[in-house]
Amino acid sequence: MTAVETEAGTLQKGAAVGQSIPRKEDNRLVQGQGVFFDDVKRHGMGYLHFVRSPYAHAKIESIDVSAALELPGVYGTLTGDEVAILTDPFFQIAAPPGGHVKDYALAVGKVRYLGEPVVAVVAETRELARDASELVLVDYDPLPVLVDARRALEADAPVLHEECGGNLSYAGVWEWGDVDAAFDEADHVVSIKELHFDRFNSTPLECSGALVEFNRGTGQWTMYTNNQFPGFAAIMMGPALRVGLDKLRIVTQDIGGGFGNKITTHPQLVACCLLARKLNRPIQWTEWRTEFHQSMSHGNERWFEDTEVAVQADGTLLGFRTKAIDDAGAFLRYEPLGGVIWSQVAAGLYKWRHLRLEFTQAMTNKAPVSPNRGYSRMQQLWFTERVIDIVAQELGFDPVEIRKRNYVQPEDMPYETPNGCVYDSGDYPRALDLALELIGYDGIEERRAEASSRGRLLGLGIGSTLDSGTNNFGQSQLVNPDLQFSGNNEVATVKLDIFGEVVVTLGTTPQGQGHETTASQVVADILGCSVDTVHVRAGHDSYWNSHAGFSGTYASQFAVTGLGAVKGAADMLAGQMKKLASMVFQCPEEAIELADGFARIKDNPEAALPFMALGAIPNANNAGFPEDPPTMNCRYVYRPFFEVPDKERKFGNLTLTYATQIHACVVEIDPETGVTEVVDYAAVDDCGVRVNPQIVEGQVMGATAHAIGAALWETFTYDEDGNLLTPNFYDYHVPHALDMPPLKTAAIESPSPFTPLGTKGMGEGGGGGIHCICAGIQDALRAAGAPIVTDSHNPYHRVWELIQHPERSRESVEVRST
Amino acid sequence: MAVTPTTGRTISVEINGTTYEREVPASRLLVHFLRDDLDLTGTHVGCDTGSCGACTVQLDGQAVKSCSVLAVQAHGTSVRTVEGLAGKDGELNALQRSFHEHHGLQCGYCTPGMLMSATALLESNPQPTEHDVKIALQGNICRCTGYWNIIEAVVAAGQGGAA
Repeated sequence: MTAVETEAGTLQKGAAVGQSIPRKEDNRLVQGQGVFFDDVKRHGMGYLHFVRSPYAHAKIESIDVSAALELPGVYGTLTGDEVAILTDPFFQIAAPPGGHVKDYALAVGKVRYLGEPVVAVVAETRELARDASELVLVDYDPLPVLVDARRALEADAPVLHEECGGNLSYAGVWEWGDVDAAFDEADHVVSIKELHFDRFNSTPLECSGALVEFNRGTGQWTMYTNNQFPGFAAIMMGPALRVGLDKLRIVTQDIGGGFGNKITTHPQLVACCLLARKLNRPIQWTEWRTEFHQSMSHGNERWFEDTEVAVQADGTLLGFRTKAIDDAGAFLRYEPLGGVIWSQVAAGLYKWRHLRLEFTQAMTNKAPVSPNRGYSRMQQLWFTERVIDIVAQELGFDPVEIRKRNYVQPEDMPYETPNGCVYDSGDYPRALDLALELIGYDGIEERRAEASSRGRLLGLGIGSTLDSGTNNFGQSQLVNPDLQFSGNNEVATVKLDIFGEVVVTLGTTPQGQGHETTASQVVADILGCSVDTVHVRAGHDSYWNSHAGFSGTYASQFAVTGLGAVKGAADMLAGQMKKLASMVFQCPEEAIELADGFARIKDNPEAALPFMALGAIPNANNAGFPEDPPTMNCRYVYRPFFEVPDKERKFGNLTLTYATQIHACVVEIDPETGVTEVVDYAAVDDCGVRVNPQIVEGQVMGATAHAIGAALWETFTYDEDGNLLTPNFYDYHVPHALDMPPLKTAAIESPSPFTPLGTKGMGEGGGGGIHCICAGIQDALRAAGAPIVTDSHNPYHRVWELIQHPERSRESVEVRST
Repeated sequence: MAVTPTTGRTISVEINGTTYEREVPASRLLVHFLRDDLDLTGTHVGCDTGSCGACTVQLDGQAVKSCSVLAVQAHGTSVRTVEGLAGKDGELNALQRSFHEHHGLQCGYCTPGMLMSATALLESNPQPTEHDVKIALQGNICRCTGYWNIIEAVVAAGQGGAA
């Protein structure tokens, strides 16, 4: 961390909050003593392996599992026909036509993407389950394959889900302001034929999986798993399995990365549940890497067609109109929520007031998409940043100046966007200045000339992003008015146990975000004790009664919802401790303070009760009290205040907080090969109050690495037959240590006026690295025919094409001036 | 002479100072022997292609990917896993402390492999430069940290900066 600026002089930081306290989780993790789902074992458990489709689209003619069942050590199998009898299709978030999709735990009748689970085989060992899967005979009748969302929407395209009458899953027109008038008024209209945001995901190092037990006596399943949104999984699984949610116990401890990709594991978990019941033994399922790549949670690929931008002569942006085509893949596991989530940041960081976006989502024969770090907002922010840099280049504006001219300004905060979202706080121009300072912006032209003398093309890029957090789930009603979800919540309990232990339970499912540490910091300051004496239970367990419908770790919200719940529960406990001490000392509650691990009389610190005494009284020493002592066991549900958005106007506040990240980079391109090297990189974060700056910086670093990977190397590429060409870490190149550029970070703290601690959710980062590297490449190539960067993914061969044929991309851009 | 293929074999491996004798199927990977047979679950699996390094252990002092070694190949060798790094009283060693202090881990899934690769590096090169560390960790993937803090942690451990 190289620079920190705090905007507010009134920050209420305590002894622990605001400190970079090394994480409590680390002690077990650096010793290999974490408990990840695959570490959990049970006597007699069977290992599950899925037989997966080798075709992207085919009818299933027949399935024969007899040879597999005859193999000694094979415990049993499950097929789609059984699943269709034993379960109901998963609830669909979509309204018709997408709402007609029939989605089960295993393929029923036909397969719709390569890698789709068709049969599950359970055997005594991992190796045997895999070997036995090879003996399952499935006859397929291949069907025409769709891998392009644009083609999927044509009238004569093959259809994935016949019930839907086509491949359209969702369509809606989103328009705010007076778009036509803005275009009439504009001095310049810049049009861009097509932009493409590529398909990739964050590929957490631990794949998905579970150990699932069935209790015959109670009819309850226990799942030791790494699902990161148990509230959502339970809502999906209960109706499918035809049971109440009390029958689904979901337990997580350590999770090996999630990034959104572990939200939609409910189909596989249902298969495990059915087999645990059918075979009467615990079921162990661990996904293999290739299976993850082929089937799990790809990010939303998106096209932006026929974009037009209205610009004034001075560079003021009035608005845009565009048509987004989103590729959902073969099933709608979390979709079409991507069809609304983007609108949290519809306007990006800019003040344009007249926006029109026609959103269309199509289903294709590719892996189903689901949330991926920066989910759906990253695509929109990339679009706005691309638009800004293309406009700047075509009209001759400076990329820094046009941003500063159009950014929402600090004095505009809180700022209501054209669609009713409220940006809570921030100073975008200052964050940009800091980022530019860190990459040496002042000397950039000298460096460009120096690089040129070495035969290299040097460019500077900026990526401005918002990390919107704490969803108002009421936005789901903007894509399906019949849904009954709104608002948000999270739960925590804080209690004082018999020996004075402070014990905290969270509803969240952290995957490396350090919740045990930051929750301890908040509690320690409120109770007046040390961070070391606060014990936060690791992970999530629906037996703990510390969860609600939206519990989980996703969508940049823990610092608001999770810590809001922790603060609420700790405040309650502090009140109870003071009350009990006042009962013991027979003094007013106001006379008591909590400090140094004691409840004591402010004016007479000698009169002090240790936490141990306070914990013992209600729990084990309560005789003689004239009235019930407080329970010392406090549960708090944090609920941010939201209204249900206006469905007609598609208008309302969709998230509570807007953290900012401004990224800037310097790239050098070798024109002979098209290889891009990032030579300088800076990321400036503003997420309001930082409870633990080191953890915040770690999240910024992680988001940066993901974005650099996506910009240059990582892609889920399919051939025309629907084969995934990057199904493992050989072909899907994630950044390695040697790939990382030097990184400088800085932070501003603009506290949120809307949250209990002044914090904002952060962590996803908004794909800032993708935006700034695309901008850097375009800037570098100004000296090579000034092509336009139209794709979010720019491997060396694409850059080489841009250099060889700058006119091809230039044909997609046009300027009309009046 | 006719050879009868065998499907299993008894192996003896010294792991973190303890010698284990077990019968294992011929196809069992060392990583699954460690995790499933011996319950040494600190060593992780992150891919099926030998690419990610989460399963890295030391085999007779060399850092190897235990997903790319059969259990039977480990017969007669000495293996060190992440569980063998801390002192007997659970006290973290300098490298582990350095990861903790430099926030060199988030989810902790790659961490055992990172620590074992870095341990092998520090044994052969006690004061590595940043570039040395990057080279040594080239076979280990981390998806959370972007590597910056991991590199810093290993360099600091080499400079005795971990204390």
